[in-house]
Amino acid sequence: MSEKRFYGSGLPGVNLEQLLGRLIVIEGADGSGRSTQIVKLTAWLESKGFAVASIGLKRSTLVSEDLDAAKQGNILGKRTMSLFYATDFADQLENNVIPALRAGFIVLADRYIYTLMARDMARGAESEWVASLYSMALVPDSVFYLKVSPRLLVERNFQKDMALDYWESGMDVGLGDNLFDSFLSYQKLIQTHFKDMQKQYGFQVINGNRSIGAIHNELRKKVGDLLGVK
Amino acid sequence: MAAYHYMPVVLKHHNYPGRLIAVEGLDGSGKSTQIYLAKRWLELQQLKVFFSEWNSSKLVRSATKKGKKNNLLTPTTFSLIHCTDFIDRWERQIHPLLRAGYIVLCDRYMFTAFARDAVRGCHSEWLRKVYSIASLPDMTFFFKLPLEVALSRILEGRPALKYHEAGMDLNLATDPYESFRIFQGHINDQYCAMEQEFKFVVMDATEPIEKQQEKMRKIIASKIDLPRFALHFPHR
Repeated sequence: MSEKRFYGSGLPGVNLEQLLGRLIVIEGADGSGRSTQIVKLTAWLESKGFAVASIGLKRSTLVSEDLDAAKQGNILGKRTMSLFYATDFADQLENNVIPALRAGFIVLADRYIYTLMARDMARGAESEWVASLYSMALVPDSVFYLKVSPRLLVERNFQKDMALDYWESGMDVGLGDNLFDSFLSYQKLIQTHFKDMQKQYGFQVINGNRSIGAIHNELRKKVGDLLGVK
Repeated sequence: MAAYHYMPVVLKHHNYPGRLIAVEGLDGSGKSTQIYLAKRWLELQQLKVFFSEWNSSKLVRSATKKGKKNNLLTPTTFSLIHCTDFIDRWERQIHPLLRAGYIVLCDRYMFTAFARDAVRGCHSEWLRKVYSIASLPDMTFFFKLPLEVALSRILEGRPALKYHEAGMDLNLATDPYESFRIFQGHINDQYCAMEQEFKFVVMDATEPIEKQQEKMRKIIASKIDLPRFALHFPHR
């Protein structure tokens, strides 16, 4: 069992002592290999007899549909978008993560508050404001940040979809007048914000420029140490 | 990995050319009637006026509805979804209109969240920080009345109370009417505690409607140079 904490005032009505499971976060950009690693990690954990639950951004029952709809138009203000995502996150935290941890599951989070905070800061939000907003979040047992060079991210995104995503390229931020330049500048900017947060939030940086197998072995070792299995 | 420590929250006043007026108070305090009458008074003088109502953004309407209907909301998501609604109105309407020199009238403002969400268990420092993107009003009228009067105005005729309206999510009582009474009492305490902090203009909501309106108009006229907000008709 591990001791759980919130970053700040946390969530009303949640008894931390009841949270028996572990919360493990994998962070990284689109194309950093997060999803692949989560699939492999899940299989390995299940082979060791652990029950695994997963969460990701924009998956809440409460607002995910409305958030998608809002992103299609040009009507969403920057801080409105911040709060929309925060609502989506809080909904999953309370309705998925907390109950799973109570039941003793290993919760694998495909991104967590850090991506949301980095995105908000890249769009002009004050770091103090975003830190306060997300102070309701639970402190994870481990956070792994898959760091991949923006150039390699471009290649991987092309391999996957033959296209760069509008939002992952930060086109709304106005960093470049074409997708390619904007993607590179935006991903660099996001990495800068991750670097700034690294110490405060205790990420473990994983070199994501390597092969799937090499990354998996490193993650498996680190997660194994955390859970006391090999 | 240090836990996040709160900095003291400073909610800021704006220095835009516009003016921001808010009304706050319990359900049944008559605040909506009063701000409607104030709006008509300003409009009939051909002034630049805009009115915005709590929980009225189209953006999150279906999510709010779904959450309330299916009972999916927790104190935190209830708070965040209303904040999203508020900030949407702030970013798209209230802020640009203040910049453009409008008198913006708000039926409920962030203080509604400070009162209500705090009763639901959200920390007041967190609430203030989350809402700190928006500016404080130039004037906030608080329509104050004894709790029993507010309750009897609302509960007369035993209307169907909605789940969240009655504060049923707080498990204060199994009877919705009893729950509503306790819930409104707690909200009233929160409002009263904010009177000084946010320099509310306290209105006696037991007085006749036209009396209150007369006072409200007098106060607005004394604090705002109204002719400065005249609509221009450049093409006439």
